[in-house]
Amino acid sequence: MENSEKTEVVLLACGSFNPITNMHLRLFELAKDYLNGTGKYRVVKGIISPVGDAYKKKGLISAHHRIIMAELATKNSEWVEVDTWESLQKEWVETAKVLRHHQEKLEAGSCDHQQDAPMPARPGQKRKWAEQRQDISQKKLLEPKPRDVPKIKLLCGADLLESFAVPSLWKSEDITQIVGDYGLICITRAGNDAQKFIYESDTLWKHRNNIHLVNEWVTNDISSTKIRRALRRGQSVRYLVPDLVREYIEKHDLYSYESEEKNAGVILAPLQRKPADTNSNRTA
Amino acid sequence: MKSRIPVVLLACGSFNPITNMHLRLFEVARDHLHQTGMYQVIGGIISPVNDHYRKQDLVAAHHRVAMARLALQTSDWVRVDPWESEQLQWMETVKVLRHHHSELLRSLPRREGPNHGRARCTAPTAVPELKLLCGADVLKTFQTPNLWKDAHIQEIVEKFGVVCVSRTGHNPKEYISGSPILHQYRHNIHLATEPVQNELSSTYVRQALSQGHSVKYLLPDAVITYIRDHNLYTRDSSWKGSSTQRSEGKTGWEESASPQSSS
Repeated sequence: MENSEKTEVVLLACGSFNPITNMHLRLFELAKDYLNGTGKYRVVKGIISPVGDAYKKKGLISAHHRIIMAELATKNSEWVEVDTWESLQKEWVETAKVLRHHQEKLEAGSCDHQQDAPMPARPGQKRKWAEQRQDISQKKLLEPKPRDVPKIKLLCGADLLESFAVPSLWKSEDITQIVGDYGLICITRAGNDAQKFIYESDTLWKHRNNIHLVNEWVTNDISSTKIRRALRRGQSVRYLVPDLVREYIEKHDLYSYESEEKNAGVILAPLQRKPADTNSNRTA
Repeated sequence: MKSRIPVVLLACGSFNPITNMHLRLFEVARDHLHQTGMYQVIGGIISPVNDHYRKQDLVAAHHRVAMARLALQTSDWVRVDPWESEQLQWMETVKVLRHHHSELLRSLPRREGPNHGRARCTAPTAVPELKLLCGADVLKTFQTPNLWKDAHIQEIVEKFGVVCVSRTGHNPKEYISGSPILHQYRHNIHLATEPVQNELSSTYVRQALSQGHSVKYLLPDAVITYIRDHNLYTRDSSWKGSSTQRSEGKTGWEESASPQSSS
């Protein structure tokens, strides 16, 4: 297929990135290889969208740090970058809304969105950080295509896919929108479990052509939870996270027993929002 | 207060190419030894195997050494040593251990300090120990008939010691209890657990590269650049030379050795 006939894709990964790890970064690489390998798609960009502090997840440290770490991690990437829009909203934003925001932005054909977004500021550091980010984002300008706008797809692991079944966590209309209007690239070790999960849900089944399961042949279990645990215990996380991220964590002493207790006992934002639904099967 | 025993960790293997998983072994092993309270890890050595090992797809030693060097650029305690790879022929692991141990002793400052007439010799707790660092898959290969000389296994666990980092699908305790020699010297076999399950292997990296897939974040960027610049591990460059199985599975961290396979 000619390059011009391929659908251009932008991969969007939402999550805590608390902290970002080599595994997160691998997801992008695996997804890109997979989609490009189908011959039908051409991945043009990757976006990391760290969740806002208002998500209230236990142990979630300030968005400011999580964003800087993600930027350090993608400093040497030619195609993956960090977007702060979601993290800057005052309230937590549903994933479907984040997808919509980014798709609309692509349609508007904007190139310089990175430089317009204000930075979450720490007192006295705003200006210096703004200059730093401007530098980094210069490299990653998106060329607007007048006719075929790239399509946003949600990049995730199997845990996110299967979280669709957690009661009250997702609105069913959001799930429909995510798999119907956008599409999902799900990197998983347990392909069979994921397929079964899709099979057992009417909504997911209907849009199964828009859900791409990518097999992760090499188990790469570098979860942020394990990283935080290792750091609390004084164990090395070298080669599990990019060196710049590790140095940043050490310099700012980000993860400790105290930081892990943040938001303890607080209800997660999406669960606060939804009234209890009597229809138990949320993905049907 | 009893002082800690200084330890240097030696990892032998193909390193074809070196990956983040190899580098992790050192970190996990060091943390483990430190947490016992008995050891102080003062250095790490990566010793890529000699080309005459004749393992399939083994790229030239000078490349493997160069890649390891690049990977270790930012490390302040692990280094690569090309001695083994520069010998005229392949040599057994125990010989590599002996060599590096004597080098280690030779590099120590002479201890002629004043002893104020004390007759008692100070216990040799300050003499560094050299330990073999490996994955559980290598420990398992001790069982394979004719792969290792029994005398060598004994010397390795008795005179040097082993730090074994666990790997998915392997149960090192079983390998130890299943072998009389290992069992006898089990106090000298340290089992470290890598909490992060990682099946990353050089084999996987080579396959990915030959298929044109990304290996970013699996090994240091500098190594990836080197591989690209020197056109290593492409589909055309894989060497299908004879791969007679020598004794001692230098499988590193990849496949478990089997005598008849031309891995």
